[in-house]
Amino acid sequence: MTVGYLIKSFTLWEFVKAHWLTLKYFFKPKATINYPFEKNPLSPRFRGEHALRRYPNGEERCIACKLCEAICPAQAITIEAAPRSDGSRRTTRYDIDMTKCIYCGFCQEACPVDAIVEGPNFEYATESREELLYDKAKLLANGDKWERAIAANLEADAPYR
Amino acid sequence: MTPFFQSLGMSYDWAWFVSTICGILLIALPLMLAVAMIIYVDRKIWAAMALRRGPNVVGPFGLLQSFADGLKVFLQETIVPSAANKGLFLIAPVVTFTVALMAWAVIPFNSNAILADINVGLLYVFAISSLGVYGTIMAGWASNSKYPFFSAMRASAQMISYEVSIGFILICVVLWAGTFNMNGIVLAQKGHLFGIINGFVFNPLLFPMWVLFLISGMAETQRAPFDLTEAESELVAGYQTEYSSMAFAAYWLGEYANVLLMCALNATLFWGGWLPPLDIPVLYLVPGFVWFLLKVFFFFFVFSWVKATVPRYRYDQLMRLGWKVFLPVSLLFVVIVSGYLMATGHFA
Amino acid sequence: MIHVIAFYLFAVMTVGSGAITILARNPVHSVLWLILAFFNAAGLMVLTGAEFIAMLLVIVYVGAVAVLFLFVVMMLDIDFAELRAGFVRYLPFGALVALVLLAEIVLGIGAYRAGSLDLGTPDGTAAAGTGLSNIEAVGALLYSRYLFLFEAAGVILLVAMVGAIVLTLRQRSGTRVQNIRKQNMRRPDEATVNVKPESGKGVQL
Repeated sequence: MTVGYLIKSFTLWEFVKAHWLTLKYFFKPKATINYPFEKNPLSPRFRGEHALRRYPNGEERCIACKLCEAICPAQAITIEAAPRSDGSRRTTRYDIDMTKCIYCGFCQEACPVDAIVEGPNFEYATESREELLYDKAKLLANGDKWERAIAANLEADAPYR
Repeated sequence: MTPFFQSLGMSYDWAWFVSTICGILLIALPLMLAVAMIIYVDRKIWAAMALRRGPNVVGPFGLLQSFADGLKVFLQETIVPSAANKGLFLIAPVVTFTVALMAWAVIPFNSNAILADINVGLLYVFAISSLGVYGTIMAGWASNSKYPFFSAMRASAQMISYEVSIGFILICVVLWAGTFNMNGIVLAQKGHLFGIINGFVFNPLLFPMWVLFLISGMAETQRAPFDLTEAESELVAGYQTEYSSMAFAAYWLGEYANVLLMCALNATLFWGGWLPPLDIPVLYLVPGFVWFLLKVFFFFFVFSWVKATVPRYRYDQLMRLGWKVFLPVSLLFVVIVSGYLMATGHFA
Repeated sequence: MIHVIAFYLFAVMTVGSGAITILARNPVHSVLWLILAFFNAAGLMVLTGAEFIAMLLVIVYVGAVAVLFLFVVMMLDIDFAELRAGFVRYLPFGALVALVLLAEIVLGIGAYRAGSLDLGTPDGTAAAGTGLSNIEAVGALLYSRYLFLFEAAGVILLVAMVGAIVLTLRQRSGTRVQNIRKQNMRRPDEATVNVKPESGKGVQL
């Protein structure tokens, strides 16, 4: 036991040092962003809320090939298909259970027509569980709402595919 | 205040009664407001030291955060566990809350602003603060649940241990001040060092006692780093685990009122209470309660600062610190202080 | 007027909670009622002007002793059926206690009828009217007239404490105990080493 150790322990030197450190941090600028008012930039590959896209003429892209349903590892997607009155094959039901989804992005990779995509939106918390069981209407509405952002992201990512 | 009510035509007994009720309200209501704001301050300080922002959305700078939380808690359902001892379960938070408010009766806010200027003020504070443990024990036992019970066991052992050393520390202060009266203790600190600096803490014999008092105060109010009673990694939320709604809020308010009380005691016993820091006539132009509140706020900052810095103690370390370090040291200082006072003829 | 009301309030509460202390089936409830009784007794002390004794009552009995009572009683595994079963067996003992208490009450009433005591004034001065506060009066008596008894009481308490420690302290061999001083004195440079092992070689610990 040295004299230095005695002095250090009786003046609570370690505590003083620690508090000096935290006091310095007290006056430092904040490391966090002011979230609801400021947001971090997102990668074009960001996988957020799902959306079903349309062609520019308003026709829905999805052809009910069920590749996304097949590849979905969480089995969150349910599709039922039938021929439409004009003879084209379309979905009659396209449901995603967002509480099951693991946001792996396999569905958008599998899609041959870029119909189902994961958009840049991540702020869709709901008050009830039922609201997270998305149906086709909700997904198409998402597509209409986020089309510009999704299209821009797809274009930005296109050279690397 | 009594003469004022007497001038309104009341008899002495009634005037005394009404003025006491007014005094209680004058202390309790601002105290509740202060507790709400101090919770906000605590969260802000803690956040700032972790480089976070803390609450900043509800109201300007997030100032109304505590009120929003209070409203939320108020609207929640009170859940009483079916196996709980209902009466005690509901009384326990009331006990905590009441006890936390009671001790404020003898805290001097200014030279004449004190609700009960009694001879044994310091003993009263000590007695009341030793009651705080009952709210915790009753909650832990009445919940009829494992973790609250463990928490109650820890709380009782911890608070009794640190009360012992706090008692000896207070004896040192009382020896030097020569009185148990809180106002008397404040006045005894006037010009304590070189006749110019107010406060016992600048006395080389009492400074170590202040350090011990600050640390024991943290242990007594179960603040970090001594918050073993609600160590969330071991005991979920400690004795509050089964509580919800207003009962939970009562604990929350009581806890912070106790912390504020400890800050006020630090200010009153060691830092000159409502006296300005220096015994210069100009400084007396500032009202005493401003100095007092500034000191209380400073100590609250220190409490938050420690909470943001030091990790939680292990339980055996806590007990060792209380019984093997603080108790002998404070006992030794009682002997040294009384010996010094006798040798220098302080009492003559 | 206010003193009379306060006195009857405190007195009734003391007696009432004392009675419930005995009558309550649940020992934890008993202890809590006992605490209430202590409290009201302290209130009575304040009424007679003995605020120092009142505070001591709260600090020592309520703040420390009763907490330890509660501590022990809370750990009991209470079987209420068993509590009632012992009733007949302990009846003679209970009757004896009741007789003693009855005698006490009779004596107390007798003493009361003989003339009440002058207990002093509520403004904190001692009954003798010396102008000293309670604490000073008690201190002056304890450290002059009753110095020997006071010191003797201290020695007895010390002996009791040492005895309790001797009775409960067991030095068991073969247990691994932390040496906290050694732990505290450990420095980072003697506890850790920085090595750069070659790949595939590893480190010899």
